[in-house]
Amino acid sequence: MKLHELTIHEASGLLRKKEISSQELIRAVLERIESVEEKVGAYITIAAETAITQAELADKEISRGNILPLAGIPLSVKDIICTKGLRTTCASRILDNFMPQYDAFVIKKLKEAGAVIVGKTNMDEFAMGSSTENSGMKTARNPWDLTCVPGGSSGGSAAAVAADMCLGSLGSDTGGSIRQPASHCGVVGMKPTYGRISRFGLVAFASSLDQIGPLAKDVLDCALLMNAIAGYDPADSTSVPEDVPDYTSFSNKGLSGMTIGIPKEYNETKGLDLEVSSAIKNAVKVIEGLGAKCIEVTLPHTKYAVAAYYIIAPSEASSNLARYDGVKYGFRDKEKKSLIDMYRSTRTKGFGAEVQRRIILGTYSLSSGYYDAYYKKASQVRTLIMEDFKNAFKSCDLILSPVAPTPAFKIGEKIDDPLTMYLSDIFTLSANLAGIPGISVPCGFSSTGLPIGLQVMSRHFEEKKLFTAACNFEQATDFHKKKPEI
Amino acid sequence: MKITKDEVIYTADLARLNMDEDSINRFADQIGDILEYVDTLNSVDTEGIAPTSHAIFLSNAFREDEVKESMGADKALANAPEKEDGNFIVPKVIG
Repeated sequence: MKLHELTIHEASGLLRKKEISSQELIRAVLERIESVEEKVGAYITIAAETAITQAELADKEISRGNILPLAGIPLSVKDIICTKGLRTTCASRILDNFMPQYDAFVIKKLKEAGAVIVGKTNMDEFAMGSSTENSGMKTARNPWDLTCVPGGSSGGSAAAVAADMCLGSLGSDTGGSIRQPASHCGVVGMKPTYGRISRFGLVAFASSLDQIGPLAKDVLDCALLMNAIAGYDPADSTSVPEDVPDYTSFSNKGLSGMTIGIPKEYNETKGLDLEVSSAIKNAVKVIEGLGAKCIEVTLPHTKYAVAAYYIIAPSEASSNLARYDGVKYGFRDKEKKSLIDMYRSTRTKGFGAEVQRRIILGTYSLSSGYYDAYYKKASQVRTLIMEDFKNAFKSCDLILSPVAPTPAFKIGEKIDDPLTMYLSDIFTLSANLAGIPGISVPCGFSSTGLPIGLQVMSRHFEEKKLFTAACNFEQATDFHKKKPEI
Repeated sequence: MKITKDEVIYTADLARLNMDEDSINRFADQIGDILEYVDTLNSVDTEGIAPTSHAIFLSNAFREDEVKESMGADKALANAPEKEDGNFIVPKVIG
């Protein structure tokens, strides 16, 4: 038995029975990281020493019979979530040396649940990207094919889970940044309902779209992580005071009585890869075989989602990233003698190309004379996209779609063409605009052996239905059991 | 072109970014392409449609105005690039 290959629920079972110790488990994961990190590039910071200390504590607690839900489980965290005393960079040179003075809400919750954080994962700088190629730190690679991207922006988290360099991870999703890398790396990833999980301590990209969520080796693990991190937090004024159900108590006895909507617009999407399309068709058959009724639904404003998103997200980003001025924290260009020159030089040297591009796009859309034509228009279209979902959910419980139009692409393939890169977010970003939850589960492989993901979306706060559908689908298939050879 | 080089320079100035000739050309092209694509929004009739800035309905999240323990100056200054006597140091503003 290779300990690093265990799922969270398998490892928890063995820890509870005292067949393994947390220290053995953590050491196995740290050894795994050491042996493959050079190839995969999943981590920005590895917290080996503190992880071992935490594992010792976890073992003591377990031997005392105090067994917390995630006791002694090694997890990784995207480097955009603040971890007290553990460097948090957002994969940006401007935060190269940033040391958070407090834990994000979700980190506090993970620690309370007994989890051990082994490191901070690689990502696109400030979560802006779909490939992790915009990392200011290092190149991340897809464990299934090291010449391909792992997806993004939570590419390091997805790659780390797929390559058994942790048992589970937390990412953030603003337009698909959990679901798309999960799909590209063959793992399970969930973007919860906006407001379900506190954003306190999540470095802001686009505040009305950002949401933290789990990436895991299977659906049950994903639900276990949701149990640990969901909940109301008065420190985030957009956190919603809704009760947290036990996400693991979903039914795995088929899907009869459920109606699944398949949006007709999604099949008409330009650039939808044939292998992805056929994997989704097969998935629909499996879902029907599980007793669900599949119907066609319509989301007529789908074709405007990318345009609306790439005005709204950069607009919010341009405002959020104004805080990086070299005064309070992060990098400062100390050569410059006047305040304005210092601001300019610090920001120009500190931010990478994609971040600068989005700041300019966002600043332009919000600037005097363009606001109505761009930001206001996009926000009105956002309303129509939300209404599309509301109408579709009148006739179905869940909506099914691909996660990404193609499997993982080659490193370098799209990096010089931002618009093409943006268009690959077509299936995921509508959920962020509408605030609804979505899950990505493995549903096939391309002829070249790259994973393909299926997305399931639901109404606000119905994550449990997503887990039900995803778990039943997972049990009926074996895509999640395959592992990449690195 | 959807966005001129002058507009890139002007916008970069608003955003406190320096642009060399290369960046100006590249951003004008790339952002121009994106804005051209965004123009598809003009074919949507949004007359009378309220804009959405937040996807979940929440009324204002008020709380009692009570004094609570805060981070403290030491921690607040812990990441400062330059500091002195409990203050952030910035380049001289007034000559």
